[in-house]
Amino acid sequence: MNIKNIKSEFPIFEQKVNGKPLVYLDSANSSQKPRAVINRISNFYETEFSNVGRSVHSLAVKATNRFEESRDKVKNYLNAKHREEIIFTKGATESINLVASSFGEKFIKEGDEILTTELEHHSNYVPWHFLRQKKGAKIKFAPVNDKGEVGIDEIKNLINSKTKIIAITHISNVTGAIVPIKKIVDLANEKNIPVLVDGTQGAPHLEIDMQELGCDFYAISCHKMYGPNGLGILYAKKKWLDELPPYQGGGGMISEVLKENVTFADTPTKFEAGTMQTAEVVAFSEAIKFIEELGIKNIHNHENEIMEYGIEQLKKNNSVKIIGDPKERGSVICFTMKGIHPHDIATILDEDGVAIRAGHHCCQILHDKLGIPATARASLGVYNSRDDMDKLSDAINNCKKIFKI
Amino acid sequence: MELKELYQEIILDHAKNPRNKGKCNGYNHDAKAHNPLCGDKVHIYAKLDVNKNLSDLSFEGEGCAISLASASILTDTLKGKDLQFSKKVTDDFLKMLKNKSKITLNSLSEDQITTISSLSGVQEFPMRIKCATMAWHTLLAAIEKKK
Ligand SMILES: Cc1ncc(COP(=O)(O)O)c(C=O)c1O
Repeated sequence: MNIKNIKSEFPIFEQKVNGKPLVYLDSANSSQKPRAVINRISNFYETEFSNVGRSVHSLAVKATNRFEESRDKVKNYLNAKHREEIIFTKGATESINLVASSFGEKFIKEGDEILTTELEHHSNYVPWHFLRQKKGAKIKFAPVNDKGEVGIDEIKNLINSKTKIIAITHISNVTGAIVPIKKIVDLANEKNIPVLVDGTQGAPHLEIDMQELGCDFYAISCHKMYGPNGLGILYAKKKWLDELPPYQGGGGMISEVLKENVTFADTPTKFEAGTMQTAEVVAFSEAIKFIEELGIKNIHNHENEIMEYGIEQLKKNNSVKIIGDPKERGSVICFTMKGIHPHDIATILDEDGVAIRAGHHCCQILHDKLGIPATARASLGVYNSRDDMDKLSDAINNCKKIFKI
Repeated sequence: MELKELYQEIILDHAKNPRNKGKCNGYNHDAKAHNPLCGDKVHIYAKLDVNKNLSDLSFEGEGCAISLASASILTDTLKGKDLQFSKKVTDDFLKMLKNKSKITLNSLSEDQITTISSLSGVQEFPMRIKCATMAWHTLLAAIEKKK
């Protein structure tokens, strides 16, 4: 496999969209899936499927083994210390809700503070808002600077003795800013404050090593890293998982169920109530293999080169304004155009087969701060090329033609 | 489907120079709506007089060309019109986008029919239908909602 012709590994690119080759620039929303992942799902259903962890028949053993092998794969990929630190969820959203709910229930009291930032996706704000309502906690927002970044100083200024957890994104899905997580974790460690990283945009693009980052919680959406939809991961240090109460109740997560009491399974099972996504978990191993074969650093460098080339092209167009100018940017280019609303841009680009997203990208607080209701976003994956950036640029010129600007 | 049919001259004109923008004097009905998917907002203001005429009609809002043009065309077409008639036009407009039917009301001028019908191109863009219908649904809500 080679990044240069990696598109051929993704069946979706075999079709035309509106008669044009597909230029997919919406990977921050969800990435496309390589053939290996797609095939693994059908192949698993055809030959190995059964429910996991419940029956003793041969198929159940097979399926359970494949499921747990995926946990090991993820554990190794993230360089977690223990396999029990990997919890499967339905997505980063559920991963963060789990922490907000279970950590919040046990450790957050009235007046305690949750420190987050203005960059966050709604999924790293609303779960904390629930906690604010339920417990009377406070949410502090570290401000974003005019480059679209949140720096270590902004965090430092807001930490105090009431800060009980820091919840922060790894990469902004709007400005693309790569947040200095390691420095923030080091700072938080000095004060004994746990850190939750929303790694939804980080995991598909950066090398992530839990021992190196040192964070307490890391949330991932598998569908944004070439894996199946409906699957996410919560990495959490074992010391937390052992202490936190379960998030949902049901089958599988119990130890003993009596009329007068219930005891719970050990982690990770304690946090995986009910029938889990089985084929998705199994097929996610293939997504990791895909990333490992190419090398995440190579993917990152490739995307960086394409992104920089794309930014260069867009900057030549004087109707285009690029949002944010972070020193370190990860695979996201948000922009606006004078006189054309992002929604119209997205429709016009689509006619040329160029798929982007328009809106506030689930970051209303950030858009309010920037004073713009919506932006257009081109976001990259391993399958993008310079040619895609040229097509983006041409399609943007077409917007100007249609709007007579 | 051609983009040219979506972004017709009439629509671009209304989007760039929206008619009846702002709060109209003496309005006694209003309602607002927003589309959380894209952040489009619209606020309709109506003055309903004793004879059940929409003697004044205006809007405030921000959004894409389709939503601005739609709100502008709505106010332009229905300002001064009788309430029952306005409801009928709204109904026909919403049906036009839903069932691809034509607008044929004989009490609208040919020009007005052409203008409203310019929005029919939206039919071919299912993700954009809400942009075109939001103002009209909001008008119906405003009629029900006295200040
Ligand atoms: C930064 C960030 N966090 C969280 C999420 C939520 O991910 P999911 O919807 O897969 O749970 C997203 C998805 O857009 C995101 O970009």
